[in-house]
Amino acid sequence: MTHPTDPGRRRFLTHGLLATGTLMLAGCDRLSRSDAMQHLFAASEGLTQRAHRLLASREALAREYAPEDIAPSFRANGTTMPRESDYLRLAANDFRDWRLEVDGLVERPGTFSLAELRGMPARTQITRHDCVEGWSCIGEWTGVVLGELLARVGVRDEARFVVFHCADRYWGGDRYYESLDLREAYHPQTLLAYGLNGDDLPIANGAPLRLRAERQLGYKMAKYVMRLELVASFAHLGRGRGGYWEDRGYRWWAGI
Amino acid sequence: MRLFRAMRRASRPTVIKRHSAFTRVWHWINAICLAILLMSGLQIFNAHPALYWGKDSTFDAPALSIGAERADDGSLRGITHIGVWRFDTTGVLGVSGPEADRERRAFPAWATLPGPRWLAMGRQWHFLAGWVFAPLLVAYLVYLVASGQLRRRLLPRRDEWPRLGHVVVDHLRLRFPRGEEARHYNLLQKLAYLVVLFVIAPLVVLTGLTMSPTMDAAWPWLLDVFGGRQSARTLHFLAAAALLAFFVVHLLLVLISGVGNNLRSMITGRYALPPDHAPSQEKEPHDDASH
Repeated sequence: MTHPTDPGRRRFLTHGLLATGTLMLAGCDRLSRSDAMQHLFAASEGLTQRAHRLLASREALAREYAPEDIAPSFRANGTTMPRESDYLRLAANDFRDWRLEVDGLVERPGTFSLAELRGMPARTQITRHDCVEGWSCIGEWTGVVLGELLARVGVRDEARFVVFHCADRYWGGDRYYESLDLREAYHPQTLLAYGLNGDDLPIANGAPLRLRAERQLGYKMAKYVMRLELVASFAHLGRGRGGYWEDRGYRWWAGI
Repeated sequence: MRLFRAMRRASRPTVIKRHSAFTRVWHWINAICLAILLMSGLQIFNAHPALYWGKDSTFDAPALSIGAERADDGSLRGITHIGVWRFDTTGVLGVSGPEADRERRAFPAWATLPGPRWLAMGRQWHFLAGWVFAPLLVAYLVYLVASGQLRRRLLPRRDEWPRLGHVVVDHLRLRFPRGEEARHYNLLQKLAYLVVLFVIAPLVVLTGLTMSPTMDAAWPWLLDVFGGRQSARTLHFLAAAALLAFFVVHLLLVLISGVGNNLRSMITGRYALPPDHAPSQEKEPHDDASH
């Protein structure tokens, strides 16, 4: 037996369902922000980091690819053209006046020109860049092995992290910065790259110097690097979470 | 009086213990985890709503993509591409939300966790639920093997196979085993649970791990097994879709094959074997006695 549809009743049911849905969504969002969930999320990140450290040895290498795997054009993401005047001045002169500053908890703070960095032990690797959004892109990177540079300035025992200070303000906000702990910083594939696919690093991809940390997601790999700072803690930087995106809710451990 | 009690007992269905405590607890925790994983997974997918096959993303030739386009009349249309096919999916995929306030997003807000676009939070839910789901899955598979339940309850016996066609037809006609036949899983149940537990669930975990650059350094074979990170991402999505399909069918069958009995068996463990014949067809024992 069929009942004639009652529009009033149907509307009531639909609205009821919609209201329940909205309440549930609002509830989820409140739950997401609650202290209890924040603790659980932090615990889950800690577990992931420890598991990764257990399974991936210090030396375990990211996959390196063949030249034919290189993507026709390497996707540029985040800032692709910094608008800061000091950066633009340096770019106008092909970064000849650009200097990388290295300071903080080091024995011999110093500055390095691009030519000096190019003269240091270099590495070229064809690796896959994994964005937190989900896409991947393969490119060939050339740069100075970060560990070699750190050895040159002499890292002090108290230092635990390398902070990468950048020239760009993403969307005109805070200056971009990122941090790696020393284990990841000394990884043989961790580079300060000045070359992409056999050419100078393009501005869209972070010229004159960007970080490559091949066992991490893309947001770790700071572009337009101006200064390295060795620190014992990054609590005093930005909002204290160790990076631009970390300050905006992304996790410091970017291994997944 | 004793005769009467005996007859009552005879007409009462046999109650068996169907699920162990571990199975029951695992089942419900799993249900919550899978809901969170699926919805937060769609949130993560929305950050880059395209799938590829291979080592990296061939941006101009995705296997699947969900996007939005402006139609000639100026309205926003949700367009889903699968290979060379193109579908208008406005309202659900690509463009969704109330008519007056359409939003460009691959999966609609009601399907994602959290509702609004929030990749960072979707990831946190996903990994937290993953940390519960994956270890419990491993524990449950080990338990099934070690307790002998895999052999006793899930692996089909040789003599079951010839009845496969029969069982399929019975299921399609929504006729489910009754009486002693319902004491054990039927062939279709066994196959469904085996495939979900030992193929799809491990697949979803391993393809998930393959998307982690650190895991790829730790276990490079993951990339070889799944044909690259982007293939793994696509397989992860397909495996999740398979789990969702399983869930839908599972829920429907639970509902129509005796929902109270089924639910009780997964809460208290006790399952009443459905009587061989419907009670109305049974002759009332009193009638015989009165003659």
